[in-house]
Amino acid sequence: MSGHSTYEPKSGFTRWLDKRLPIVRLTHDSFVAYPTPRNLNYWWTFGAILSLCLIVQIVTGIVLAMHYVPHIDHAFDSVQRIKRDVPYGWLIQPIHAVGASMFFLAVYIHMFRGLYYGSYKAPREVLWILGCLIYALMVATGFLGYTLPWGQMSFWGATVITSILGAIPFVGEPIQTWIAGGAAIDQPTLNRFFSLHYLLPFVIAGVVVLHIWALHEVGQNNPAGVEVKSKADTVPFTPHATMKDLFATSIFLILFAVFVFYMPDALGHADNYIRANPVQTPPEIVPEWYLLPFYAILRAFDFNIGPIDSRTAGVIAMFASIGVLFVLPWLDTSSVRSMRYRPAARQFFLIFVVVSCVLGWCGGQSPSVVLAKSGNYSGAVRWAEGGQLIEQPIVATSEAEYPAASRAAVSAMRERTEILLASRNGPTGGMVRATVGGTPRSIEVRADTREELDEKINEAKRSAFGGGAPFILVDHNIPFEFTVTRLSQLMTAYYFFFFLVLLPLLGLIEKPNRVPDTIAKPVTGQAQGAS
Amino acid sequence: MAEAKPADAHGADGETRRDFIFIAAGSVAAVGAAATAWPFVDQMNPAADTRALAITEVDLSAIEVGQQIKAIWQGKPVFVRHRTPAEIASAQRDDYASLKDPEKDADRIKQADGEPGKAEWLILQANCTHLGCVPLPSFDPAYKGQFGGWFCPCHGSDFDTSGRIRGGPAPINLRVAPFVYLNDTTIRIG
Repeated sequence: MSGHSTYEPKSGFTRWLDKRLPIVRLTHDSFVAYPTPRNLNYWWTFGAILSLCLIVQIVTGIVLAMHYVPHIDHAFDSVQRIKRDVPYGWLIQPIHAVGASMFFLAVYIHMFRGLYYGSYKAPREVLWILGCLIYALMVATGFLGYTLPWGQMSFWGATVITSILGAIPFVGEPIQTWIAGGAAIDQPTLNRFFSLHYLLPFVIAGVVVLHIWALHEVGQNNPAGVEVKSKADTVPFTPHATMKDLFATSIFLILFAVFVFYMPDALGHADNYIRANPVQTPPEIVPEWYLLPFYAILRAFDFNIGPIDSRTAGVIAMFASIGVLFVLPWLDTSSVRSMRYRPAARQFFLIFVVVSCVLGWCGGQSPSVVLAKSGNYSGAVRWAEGGQLIEQPIVATSEAEYPAASRAAVSAMRERTEILLASRNGPTGGMVRATVGGTPRSIEVRADTREELDEKINEAKRSAFGGGAPFILVDHNIPFEFTVTRLSQLMTAYYFFFFLVLLPLLGLIEKPNRVPDTIAKPVTGQAQGAS
Repeated sequence: MAEAKPADAHGADGETRRDFIFIAAGSVAAVGAAATAWPFVDQMNPAADTRALAITEVDLSAIEVGQQIKAIWQGKPVFVRHRTPAEIASAQRDDYASLKDPEKDADRIKQADGEPGKAEWLILQANCTHLGCVPLPSFDPAYKGQFGGWFCPCHGSDFDTSGRIRGGPAPINLRVAPFVYLNDTTIRIG
């Protein structure tokens, strides 16, 4: 905290208390007299909004825990009972459910603000890391909480996430069993998830205290990214920041209330209104919207990287995408804090925001959805009508010799006809079937999607066999497909490129605009003190 | 107390007996802390009653040819499929097809004790090896799938009549559940 305390106890009691527990003094110094940079904009109000979100979640959560039953046979019903039968449960349960989404909305804005204005740079590294820790705890809490209503999405989301942990080499499966408390997601899992979901918000509250402590030690950053130099640069927290925070919080609460009262389920998934069923998977498994970007990064890896299989690579990338935030203060080499004065970095930052949103969109889509393709899907079914059917056995001396024997038999047959098919029916034996003579026939099909192509080819096959073909040849012609997975891969690449390449490099080569000498200068026109 | 040079009294380099006691006490405390922490970590592992549910018996006599049931073993579904002769033939023929995770059909019907199984009974863990969804049977024309076995609705993994992965993202075949025949019409899973 900068400067000495200006608190003066007014009454006899506060003078008495101040000598014994200076709590009023602490509050006064932290939230009344505390000097805040005079140029803070509305992006700086999300700290207050987030504090409110945490309080709302804890208060509503404690109330819900009085009525919720963490048992696989009763959990789903108890949530419905809260909504239908418990007095004001219809209000409190949606506040908690919508509140989680609002909490994440606010935290994402808060984080993007920190990124844009360089709030992670010295001397605010510890402040930033504590913030990242709070975010990681929020993700864990959100995931645990989503399991509790024990709907289909709860159950299968938990199954998918725990099997993601199972992909970690060697220790994965013991960890998976340890977390679930059994071979599958079941009663032990629900019970402990409830316990931990109740615990973590208080851990978050503890880290928030450290976060605010660190903030008051180093002082707030500001849109100019210039340190406070004199009293002219600041205004007292009350009334300036207090009123601004209250106004922004009111606007935020309007949005909150619109969701709670008019569309409490808009941010959830309809399948979570179906009771969890361990033997039936819903057609799509998606996490809550606020985790979709990370889900997209997880699924972007459909290829192996050397010895790392695709599933493990996805898990590593997903954890790395959050982990990279922790080391961000040492990745960004620029000495200019605010991107307001970094013309190049600002463009790349805006692309980064868009990329993050596109990743979120990708996470909600089915990965195989084709967004663009290089041409049409086509195929052909070929056979010979009439002619003489020849069946030539392939005999190899050993299993290893089979491919060579098969190739030789096929090329020998190819000299007589083009309509031929080789199939293997044992370790060393197979058959080449061919039609010699006869009229070559074919049916060509075109389609707009893979499914349509398969359907049309099956239809063509049926008509060919109906026409007496002994065997048929099928050609598929699949164009290059740009799928959601490909898009996720591009976006994931940019996500890491931004942190690991752009930020370190730009700091060294970018020529920043002129940074003002003091905060007061651009605000008041001239450095004239208070306006 | 008499002043004495530490080197004289306790050995070279200024190390004293007190240093040793500090390290020894610290080590004991660390081991004690770890020993105390372990029960709090281990309590999250499967409890005795959970582990006791690790065995399931299935009566096969009620399953007609071409049908499958889902038995529950350790809280997870297990496919018990009564294969048709055509399905068995296609599974055996495809032993030599190009496979992502090559395995012979004969190895996939084996019992847990290594004894050969029966070709008509296929006992598989019903969770997709990709991310754990339960695939749908593709012999039912209502569902997709090119290979007559199972099709996973989550990410499109396609399994053949032996439960081998033939298309889609799953890295390995559907796992065979460990089972033994108790008699002609009963198996024990686990």
